[in-house]
Amino acid sequence: MAYAAGVDVGSTQTKAIVINEAKNIVGRSLIDTGANVVIAAEQAFAQALKSANVEEEEVEYVIGTGYGRYRVTFGNAQVTEISCHGRGAVHMFPATRTVIDMGGQDTKAIRVRSTGEIIDFCMNDKCAAGTGRFLGAASSALNIPLDQLGPTALRSERPVRISTTCTVFAESEVLSWLGRGKKLEDILQGVHQSIAARSIGLLRRVGVEEQLTFTGGVARNIGMIEALQKGLGVKLNVSEDSHFMGALGAALFALDHVLAGRAPAAIRETS
Amino acid sequence: MGEQQQENGIVGRGNRDGAHLFREWFAELNRTAEQGGPCAYVFVMGSMCEILRTFNLPIVFPEINSLQMAVRHVAHEYLNQAEDYGYSPDICGYVKADVAVQLRGGEHPMGRIPKPSIAVFTNACNTYIKWAEIWERMYHIPIFTLDVPGTRAAGTQTWPDEPDFENDRRYVQAQITELIALCERVTGIKFDIDRLREVMGYANEMSRGWKQVLEFNKTRPSLFNALTDGTIYLGVTNGFRGAPEGGRFFTDLVEEMAYKAAHGIGTLTEEKYRLTFIGVPCYPIFRRFNEMFTEWGGTFVHSTYLWFASGGANLGFQYDLARPLESLAEGVLISVRDAMDSMFYQDRAIIEMVDAFHLDGVVYHPIKSCRTTSTGMADNRRSLMAARDIPSLFIESDMMDRRVVGEAQMKNRIDAFFEGLASRKQQEAAAR
Repeated sequence: MAYAAGVDVGSTQTKAIVINEAKNIVGRSLIDTGANVVIAAEQAFAQALKSANVEEEEVEYVIGTGYGRYRVTFGNAQVTEISCHGRGAVHMFPATRTVIDMGGQDTKAIRVRSTGEIIDFCMNDKCAAGTGRFLGAASSALNIPLDQLGPTALRSERPVRISTTCTVFAESEVLSWLGRGKKLEDILQGVHQSIAARSIGLLRRVGVEEQLTFTGGVARNIGMIEALQKGLGVKLNVSEDSHFMGALGAALFALDHVLAGRAPAAIRETS
Repeated sequence: MGEQQQENGIVGRGNRDGAHLFREWFAELNRTAEQGGPCAYVFVMGSMCEILRTFNLPIVFPEINSLQMAVRHVAHEYLNQAEDYGYSPDICGYVKADVAVQLRGGEHPMGRIPKPSIAVFTNACNTYIKWAEIWERMYHIPIFTLDVPGTRAAGTQTWPDEPDFENDRRYVQAQITELIALCERVTGIKFDIDRLREVMGYANEMSRGWKQVLEFNKTRPSLFNALTDGTIYLGVTNGFRGAPEGGRFFTDLVEEMAYKAAHGIGTLTEEKYRLTFIGVPCYPIFRRFNEMFTEWGGTFVHSTYLWFASGGANLGFQYDLARPLESLAEGVLISVRDAMDSMFYQDRAIIEMVDAFHLDGVVYHPIKSCRTTSTGMADNRRSLMAARDIPSLFIESDMMDRRVVGEAQMKNRIDAFFEGLASRKQQEAAAR
């Protein structure tokens, strides 16, 4: 049995996926990236191998993706997370034509063909508003664990309007609403709506075409799924492995190489 | 490069001669600054060099001075000085760099820039007008706005022999007559129409050559990189318009391109992707920016920059020397209008260019500093995407300010763009 792997070194977390020839996920891992990107990549890969019960030698090709992709020193090639999220999303949900990937510090809107080929993409540029970092700021200001943000927000009946578009200023705005006696869930719902609005703006720029698939770490947040669905008026595809979509896409590109016996055109071999 | 090509000296001559002309040009400006002679400040979109050279005025292009600072990695020093002086971070980087040059008494990495005696500009860029007003306040010099009627709506350009065109032409010609009178006052030299004819003859030679050079890049492989080599040629189209050296340069350049075409000499050993570039280059990391494309086998075979920043000289308009003033007005109207169209309605030209230049992709580069060239770019891209199934990339940075140039983010987007191009080519090949 041949195996391939993808390692997605993101700004906040590093994800690794091992797949078999049938494109089934056999192992996965998720760790905080921390300060040492090289070690994070190595540890994530080692943990994924362990969870797959696969030896490193059995993995024929590894592709690094994410901001730290060039620091996946044991990898064979690199592919951008833009291509990987597109590929992973189309693999999971073949009818996907638009992908919204929300990560720690960037959000991407990606339009894809049925083949997974990227038609167009758009990302936040010089500002982290509308990304997972925005939720992190709210979590910190309100002293609520990240995984409780979504469920809490869904209890809201009268969401406040978060007017600021800056992650840093949002924290003080959240505190200001608290000071004015607003309910926690209403403030949090305002935060989710604010992020959703920015993300929908990105989606509109590439053109929204159904089906839409939501990927990245923030896709685990039920409040964000609801806010996006409400704002877009469509149901989103969300996989339990949405957090791993970049790593999965990388693993699929790696498997292409294994199966074809050559590097696909989109892959750049590590020199 | 083979020995024979090296021997005959044709290949690469344009880049060598262009660099040489640039040094000569700035040496002349330095001499003028030292000796305190008159000079004219102008802009790339409608420089009116034909008139100004008739009065023997050395020509200063502050836009070119500014971009030189970015290419030489010192722009931030000038930008900081202008911002300390009170200019906002949000306004044009070219303007701020020039303000700092003026505050430093003309100090520039390539020598001293003389103070202006007159500034001449068109309405092709709204910033030109406010920029010239700065010199007016600093030096109490006359400034002259040439109002060139632009295209009223996409596809509605008028042409010679049409009544609306004739009205516009007469409007421009009347302004040229006023400019001539102003130049006579500033220089104390009487206008000589035969000297104007001579200057226009050199401009004809240049425009004719520039058009041919641009057309040559339809060949495979492309003969020059529109972003890097093209910017050198562009410098000559501006700095030497109406000068004998400028005409000769382009005659020689056409010869070089013909030679390269005949011998299949391109810019890259392997040209995988042919691209066109929309906008103004990223001068703070000029070489690296281009490398991010060439690393993938991408080369820029064309650029709208070579159109609008040559003031529309790409059209190759030929003046009728038998009726110089009328023809000059006609040429300025058509060329400057085209420069504006290259910014505001460039989608139409790009749509046509896709096949003619065998394009694989289109790269849009809006810049923070310049809303004139950047506003509307997203709409133009959308229009292109609706008309043609061609991949495009939209990356924003700046032409002057390295503080807003995120190389890592830019590379990520460029890599993703090429991954898409590669995948597309692979699928096309598989389908055949």
